[in-house]
Amino acid sequence: MVNMIIDGKNVAATEGTMLLEAIRGAGISVPTLCAHESVSRSGACRLCVVEIKKGNRTRIVTSCLYGVEEGLVVNTKSDRVQNVRRLVMELLLARCPESGLLQKMAQEMGIAPQLRFALDTDKGTCILCRSCVRVCEEVVGVSAIGLFARGSHKTVGTPFMEQSEACIGCGACAYVCPTDHIVMTSTGDKRKIWGRTFKMQACSKCGKFFAPVDQLKFISKKTGTSFEELSVCTECR
Amino acid sequence: MKKTGNYSAKTREIVKKHGGEKSALIAVLQDIQEAFNYLPKQALKTAASAMNLPLSRVYEVATFYTAFSLKPRGEHVVKICMGTACHVRGASSIQDKFERTLGIKPGETSADGKFSLETVNCVGACALGPVVVINTEYHGQVTMAKVDKIVGKINKEGAQS
Repeated sequence: MVNMIIDGKNVAATEGTMLLEAIRGAGISVPTLCAHESVSRSGACRLCVVEIKKGNRTRIVTSCLYGVEEGLVVNTKSDRVQNVRRLVMELLLARCPESGLLQKMAQEMGIAPQLRFALDTDKGTCILCRSCVRVCEEVVGVSAIGLFARGSHKTVGTPFMEQSEACIGCGACAYVCPTDHIVMTSTGDKRKIWGRTFKMQACSKCGKFFAPVDQLKFISKKTGTSFEELSVCTECR
Repeated sequence: MKKTGNYSAKTREIVKKHGGEKSALIAVLQDIQEAFNYLPKQALKTAASAMNLPLSRVYEVATFYTAFSLKPRGEHVVKICMGTACHVRGASSIQDKFERTLGIKPGETSADGKFSLETVNCVGACALGPVVVINTEYHGQVTMAKVDKIVGKINKEGAQS
């Protein structure tokens, strides 16, 4: 265990864990967008910044990526932290003015859209946190999507923005997306995501359409479980 | 399709040359671009499967670097340096001149497939500004008159061969 002082409180945390967990464990809330339990951390959204003090120096770090340290003095609400967080939020708001979640978070933090940042109209609600790309690679294991181009043209999508053969239609990307940028629509035996329509498998017991055929085939191939066995939905299993 | 087959065979050859190493992706893409003058879709797909990389990763790299082109480029790629030194020495009027002479804008290729126009940020020859790089040849202290001369020379060479 390592001992730290967070906002004046003595907090003990397990070695190897991140500051964010220690802060939240101490009952202090920190806004985050990209820290999702299912994917590795990347520090992309920058909202989790805190000020740490080591010796006489203080600096701003992303708490989601900073490991806990003995004797660290952490301030989650200093003026410096608030300023950085406000700027990050203002820029996110300018990129995704339509995002309901961002609007709500900004309101809670008392932040209004700034005139000096021109609003983007072509970015949807994507904040480029890469969570979807990481879940597709780390959890699903197909890497069907990526972040393409660079700078202000950077967008998330499938290669060549075409229907991806690698995609299995699992919808994990839509699930982890913090701002609901990825649209997945399921109607009857069809599911549409990334411009491709997937055929859904009906549960062999209750008849409910519960997963794309391609996803079940993928799982079957990977785990060796027979397709018939997988064709029973989780509720009937 | 014959052309598609060509892309795949040549791409596999290039991947093999680099030992199929994942870390050699950029070198592979450079060689593919060298071979076809751009990165054909089929070549990227072949490279991805031959190197055991997801296509999304290959496409990420191909779209990230401006040195890679996903569109077919002309026989002669004209790169006008837009770095600070070239800029203050009139690179934008040189660009204007090239646009009018070739009838294309940056990022485009002329209808006859002879010229492509590109702007680059610095070619590291600031003392020679404004600099224009055509294929691998550097032209320094380019003036309006020189543009006509350079383009004329390339056109003449093309007519002879």
